[in-house]
Formats: sequence, structure tokens, C-alpha cells
Amino acid sequence: MPTSFFTRRAFVAAGCAIAGGAASGLIVPARAAGLDPTRTMRGGANNYLPDAPIVDRIGGGGFWMTGTVRRAGDGAPLPGQRIQIWAHTTEGHERDPHSHGATLTDENGQFRLEMPQIVPAFGQPHGHLAYDSGDFETVFLRPVMPSASDTSLEAHFVLQPA
Amino acid sequence: MPHIRTLLIWGALLLATAIPLIAAGQSPLLAWRSPVYIAAGFAGVVGLVLILLQPLLIGGYLPGLSQTRRRRLHRIVGTLLLIMVIAHVAGLWITSPPDVVDALTFTSPTPFSAWGVIAMWMVFLAALLGLVRRRWPWRLRSWRLAHTATVVVIVTGTVVHAMLIQGTMGTVSKTMLCLLALIALAKVIFDRRVWRSGLRLGG
Repeated sequence: MPTSFFTRRAFVAAGCAIAGGAASGLIVPARAAGLDPTRTMRGGANNYLPDAPIVDRIGGGGFWMTGTVRRAGDGAPLPGQRIQIWAHTTEGHERDPHSHGATLTDENGQFRLEMPQIVPAFGQPHGHLAYDSGDFETVFLRPVMPSASDTSLEAHFVLQPA
Repeated sequence: MPHIRTLLIWGALLLATAIPLIAAGQSPLLAWRSPVYIAAGFAGVVGLVLILLQPLLIGGYLPGLSQTRRRRLHRIVGTLLLIMVIAHVAGLWITSPPDVVDALTFTSPTPFSAWGVIAMWMVFLAALLGLVRRRWPWRLRSWRLAHTATVVVIVTGTVVHAMLIQGTMGTVSKTMLCLLALIALAKVIFDRRVWRSGLRLGG
């Protein structure tokens, strides 16, 4: 019966059109608003010591903290941004000044700093990172390592112009 | 053979309490911690061991102890537990004040800290109930219900707190100790029918 066949096809087509329209309606405004800024994590600023020096490496190294820094909205990589890093490691507590260091992002907005192995403290093996240089809004991160035996950890910043 | 049974029970208790402490003492994490942090951690481990002792004492499961002595020991162990909880929190506070402030204000990123803080307040409440037991103006049944209710929260909260932590305790010995504490608590509650018994002078 052609009538019922046509009806079903029309129904499916209309359904697809509505679903597609709804999906694009959801996507388009999100694109217009762009990449959302990263929000500060709970406990991220704990034991923060402002103005950690830029170093080639924290302590003896052996562990890598890596990540990216991008601009909110268009997601453009941000070169030359100072990221401060600290953690409880095999060489010191979070509060020890020698557990703190900073590095700058490269031209691709990527950073990479060698530091001592992070060990579990206060129940979780975790690191702390800060962007606190003023051009963008301050963000503190506190990523947790999936496993205490990991030898690297990454964290990503999307910054909102201040 | 009452002597063998007595020896077995006390021997098992000694193992159940000593093994977790020894295992924690072997943790590689200790090498990277300050003495205060280590002491704070051990206060927590000792507290967990004491939590296992409490129902065993009051339930009369440890042979060779008179009722008077068991009750006195229960009070002493309760006081020690209170001291361990305070030492645990104080030591962690000295090690990292902001992390403890986050925990106490329930704003910590670590879910286990809320369980620990709730258990801490319940330890204070259970101890307070212990203090006023003699002056309790209502029927003793209501006192026992209140004390048991706080203890259920203490043991549950402590077990979840301990199990979620990656710390110095060995996973196996920690799990065993937590299971024993839960079983001992459940046994004493069911044996004494806390939910319906009135004043029971048995002990």
C-alpha cells in the first residue's frame, strides 16, 4: 500500500529533520560560545606558595607533569604562560618551598616540567598546578593520578582573559 | 579445653590487631613523610584497631575477663579512641592545614574525608554519651539505642574512610580489619538485641 509506505517514510524523514534540527540547535550555540574556561578545582590552591621560580626541573626529576594552556572561546594555544607546579613527592611535602617550581608554555601552548615522583599524600597521589599571572583569570588545578605508580600526570588549562 | 579456646581467641585478636600495624609500618610511603604525618597516620590505624576491640569487649567475646573489667576496659579503649581521633586530625592539621580545613568544612575534593569527619563527630558524641550514662534521665534502653546508633555511624564511616584512602595500610590487612570490625559490631548488636532489650543486667 503506497499510502502507508509514504506515510512511514515521511514520518521517518520528519523525525530525522526534527532530531537533526535539535542536534544542530544544541551544537551551534555551543560553538558560538566557544571553549569554556577551566574552573578551579576543590583544594587546588592548598599549600600554594606564590611566585614559584621558573626552573628547568624540580629536584632530581624522574616524573613528568605535562599539559596545555589555551584561550577560552577560540581555543587558541597560549605561548609563554607561566604554570606553577607543586606536589608531595619523594623529595618533599607540598608545603616545602623546594617542592615548588614553574615553567612556561611553548609556542604550541604546551608545558612539560620534570619533577620528583609524586607519592600518595592525604589519601590520593595528586599534583597541584596554578595559573596566577594576572593576564587571565586565576585557575588552580588538582589532578589525581589514576595509579600511584604512574610516572607522569597531565593537566589542561583553558583560560579566560581577566 | 577452655585454655586452648582462650589462647586461640586471644591469639587471633593479637594477630588481627598486630598485622595491620606491622603492615603499615612496612609502607614505603613512610620514607617520604615527616614524623608528625607518620604519627597522624598511625593514630588512624590504631583507632581502627580500637574500633574492633570495643564490641568484642562489651559483647563479652574475650575470655578471661570479668564483667567489671570488660566495662572498665571498654571505657579505657573508648578514651584511647577519642585521643587517637584527636591526634589523627591534629597531626594532619600540622602536616597540611588547608587540607584539614577542607575536610572539616566538607569542601574537600576527596570523598573519604567527609566520612572520616562524620565518624569523628560521632566518636565525640559516643564518648559524651559514655560520660553521662550514669546520669541518663531516661530508661537505659534509650541510652543504649543512642550509643549504638552513634557507633554504627562511627564504624561505617571509618570503614568507608579507611577503604577509600591510598595510605600506609596494606590493602589486605586493612580490608580484613574493616571486615572484622563490621562483623564484631553486627554480632554484638544482634546478640544483645539492642533494638528491643530493656535494661539488661547481664553485662
